[in-house]
Amino acid sequence: MLNCRQATQLCSEERDRPLSLRERVALRLHTLICDSCANFRRQMDFLALAARRFREGRRPDGDDE
Amino acid sequence: MTSDSPADAKPPSLDWNDPAILALRRDMLKFAHLQLRDEGAAEDAVQEALIAAMRHRDGFAGRSALKTWVFAILRNKIIDHLRKHAREIPASDLARRGDDEGPDIEQLFEQDGHWTTQDKPHTWADPESALSQKQFWAVFDACVNHLPANTARVFMMREFLDLGTEEICQELAITSANCWVMLHRARTALRRCLENNWFGGAPKPC
Repeated sequence: MLNCRQATQLCSEERDRPLSLRERVALRLHTLICDSCANFRRQMDFLALAARRFREGRRPDGDDE
Repeated sequence: MTSDSPADAKPPSLDWNDPAILALRRDMLKFAHLQLRDEGAAEDAVQEALIAAMRHRDGFAGRSALKTWVFAILRNKIIDHLRKHAREIPASDLARRGDDEGPDIEQLFEQDGHWTTQDKPHTWADPESALSQKQFWAVFDACVNHLPANTARVFMMREFLDLGTEEICQELAITSANCWVMLHRARTALRRCLENNWFGGAPKPC
């Protein structure tokens, strides 16, 4: 069984490499019972989305106060 | 020197004083400066990207397309710069823990690996709406700036420049495992910073 520290490492790594089946199952089980890590995982999605907006120059313009 | 193709003779028509171009330039500088942490290098990268964009200006359709496209060019200029200078960063510096690394990730967790009460990630209310708010991005920039330099460098190569971890490892001469640990550290710190400084208002206890 994963602890939260290990689960968050996998939440991060799944953005950088394909997880193994065993890792995917373990992470899924953990986030089903742990709200904090489920939040963490969603927030990793959000960070990636924000980074993509930035990378594409799609931040709100500076002159639309 | 430039080629002698007649296409090059076309006079550039971008108006550098157009407020939209000035705003674009400012956004580009922010993007470049965050990653290069050197004003001169950031100015150079932005200038080169704008010139390249102007030279091939038939390739875009409208203003939003221009922006995305110019940022793609800028991204490549930054990658070029980082490649040229990657060797100047001693690998031992990158791999080193502690020192400038700020609060260690271990401090967020109890001995048994569970979240400490004060560091549990809370639910963020409607995070996507934050992306259209300028103040949010100011907080985002500040949070990225607060990352330890080496952690920030790896994070930005991965997320802003969209490089794969393999390539990052090669450029910086670190192992994949090390790279994943640094990315975890960066994302965790960034998440925490955003929660404390932007999403913290959410009154819901976990």
